[in-house]
Formats: sequence, structure tokens, C-alpha cells
Amino acid sequence: MYATFDLDRPGDLAGALALLKAKGAVALAGGTNLIVDVRAGRENPRRVVSLDKLDSLRGIRQAGGKVAIGGRTTVTDLLRSPIIAKTAPALVESARQFAGQMVRNTATVAGNIACGSPAADLVPPLFALDAELTLASPRGQRTVPIASYFTGYKKDVRRPGELITRISWKAPPPRSRALFYKLARRKGDAITVVGVAVALDIERGICRRARIALGAVAPTVFRAREAEAMLEGQTLTPALIESAAKAAAAAARPIDDVRASAAYRRHGVHVLVRRLLGQAWEQLS
Amino acid sequence: MPKDRALALRVNGRTVEVEIPPHRTLLEALRDTGFVDVKRGCEKGDCGACAVLIDGVAVDACLTLAWTVEGRDIVTAAGLGTHENMHPLQKTFVEKGAIQCGYCTPGLIVAAQSLISMTPNPSEEDIRVGLSGNLCRCTGYAKVFEAVREAAAEVRNQRSRR
Repeated sequence: MYATFDLDRPGDLAGALALLKAKGAVALAGGTNLIVDVRAGRENPRRVVSLDKLDSLRGIRQAGGKVAIGGRTTVTDLLRSPIIAKTAPALVESARQFAGQMVRNTATVAGNIACGSPAADLVPPLFALDAELTLASPRGQRTVPIASYFTGYKKDVRRPGELITRISWKAPPPRSRALFYKLARRKGDAITVVGVAVALDIERGICRRARIALGAVAPTVFRAREAEAMLEGQTLTPALIESAAKAAAAAARPIDDVRASAAYRRHGVHVLVRRLLGQAWEQLS
Repeated sequence: MPKDRALALRVNGRTVEVEIPPHRTLLEALRDTGFVDVKRGCEKGDCGACAVLIDGVAVDACLTLAWTVEGRDIVTAAGLGTHENMHPLQKTFVEKGAIQCGYCTPGLIVAAQSLISMTPNPSEEDIRVGLSGNLCRCTGYAKVFEAVREAAAEVRNQRSRR
């Protein structure tokens, strides 16, 4: 009925990375994308390397000002973590609306990033956190900012055999706010039509850092950098927020598909960026 | 061609032997060995009809490779209670009429059990979020939510009586 493959279940990361060097080998974490893609004939792996025994890749830690999570941390783990609730509220909001319970219980953070979908729900909040990704291969590790990870539709800088083992970010300063909104046909079990994450850091009434990350409106999740630059160093006003929202909508490159038209998506970006920036600023004032 | 392997799965408290190749799912392994309360639905993680508990946490059996759950504790909806001693969720689903065609029911009960084990006193919103991966096209969910709310209260009562 669908493709056959060999299956390995290595007991440690070094073993997994060694197995992933083989041609046609793919890593299996939650399986909520891979198994579906295999069944649909979109993926045809010769060898599947299951990471189910790598418990060291699962967990959420905070040390000093830095939060680090293992790549195999599940979406449900995010929802149950006081550290995530405190340092990444926008990520919690996106995790709550992520698919359904059974998928959240197995789908992993690294898997959501690695699938490369522009509609991946955890990605815009991670952009707004300036998260960094640790990529591991048998030759060692390297760190890539998530904002420069994606290079095109389902394309990224991950080399064959590399695994995303860690996602980390600096805990935001006390005067900051991060929000996420998922526009979709339903509140659960639905693919995002427009995903917006914003983050503002404020010092003495001035916006010091602004992040606007947009999902499902371009070939990859991306930051509306022009709109961000309009806000940084400024006191936010309704007029300034409106201009930034307009700039963000102009930066989107949405497509028409079964879920929505490009025009609706662009309008959604305009409305949601304006709304979230207004809410974040108001909550900080 | 990848080879079959004899697996010993622990399902509903007993050990089940199954010969299965590596690309086969837990859903196939369970249905082939008679656990037909686990339903085959969309087979892509959208509908929740095949939900089972693995070490107490609900997962879609259609997305789980059978080899990867050897040695784990697998429980299906039928394994939660018996006719004589029904689980509170089994009882309240019947009492509240949270069932029409019944196809989604085992998955809903498994997802609800996973929810109330993590969140013993779920709010209306918690229940909605907890069951968002289970499609039911008959009931409209109102009676399902009632049944879950009442079963959660019953489980809390049982705990406090102990």
C-alpha cells in the first residue's frame, strides 16, 4: 500500500548521525509529517532512523538568561512548561492551536522547523524570539539564526544528514511583549491561512526592539524588516502602527490556494499586524 | 524488501505477539490482532479515530510505527474498563448520549483520558483544545463535552475518596 523501508532505532545521537550519513536515510521524530508524506508517495526513504530512544534531545532548560530546548521536545511539552510560559508566551499561543492533541503529543519542535512549511505554526514565534538553531552532524555542530535558516519554499541550509538538536533564545527583558495570532478556518486541526507573531521590547517609553514575523504568506516564514525598522527607536502611535502594518502587508508575497486568496491573506497581514502591535503596545504602556 | 520481525506488544495489560515489517503502523498491528476498537479513519493524523494511549499519552496509531512502541504500555479505549467496571468516561459517554454512529467514540475517549490525566479539572476551553484532533460529524460535540466534564469530576471524586 505504501513504500517499504528499513528502520533503525539508535540509542544515542552519535549513532543516529552515523546512520543518517547513508544515502536515502531520513530522520523520524514525531512522524506526523514523515509518515503522512511516505504514505502519500511524497517521500520515499530507503532507511528511516527513528529518534524515539534519544531522550537526551527532549527537554526544556533555562540557564542564566538563556532558554534551550532539545529538538525532540514535543508541542505538548511546550504547553506544560513554566519556562516556556514565562519566556515565550507567543510560542505557547501557537502550540495551543497546533493541529490536535494526538499530533501535539508527538510532533516535535525540530520537526516543525525541519518540515520547511511556510505555514509551520511554531516558526513565527521563534523568529520573533531571535531563536538560534544548533545543527549537528558527525563532523560537529554549528549554530544558525532561525531568520537565516530558510532559503526558499521547503528549502533550508540544513545539509543531508544534519539534525536540528537544539533551539535556544535569550529570555526577553522584563518590559517586553510577544503575541501570536493564527488565522485559520477553525481554532484547531487546521492549516494556517495567515500566522503573525510580534514582539516589542520597551525602554522608557521607546520601542527598542520590534519583531514582526509572518507565516503562510510567502515561500518561507520571514521578518517584515522594513516595518520593524519603522518602529524601533520610536514611541508608537496609532498612525505609526498603521504605517508599519501597511509595510508588512506590502512585504508579503502570498499565493491563492484552497484555503484563501492572496488578496485575503495580504489584507489579513495588514489587519493582524496592526491589531497585535496595538495590543502589545497598550499592554506595555 | 525489509524483513518482518516478531514483536511483543503490551496492549491492555497483556502481551500480544505480532510479526510485522518495519514500515507497518501500530494501527495495522492492533487491528490485525483483534483490537478493532481502534478505528481506521483518515490515516494522516487529522481525525483521531485511531487514538491509543502510549504510556498514558494519546497518540495517533496511524502515524506510529509498530516497531517503535515495543516495550511501552499501550491502552485502547476498550482497555480502560470492563462491562462490569466501566471507566467514568465510558459510563458518561453512554449516559449523556455522546455517541451517535460511534466510529469516533474510541478515539474521543482515549483523547479525553489523556486530557484529564494531564489536566484533572479541565475548563471548557481545555476540553475543546484537548479534543481538537478528534473529528465527530454526528454529535455536534455538546454532549461529548458534557460527558468529559462529568467524567473528569467523577475521576477527581474517586481520587479524593481514596
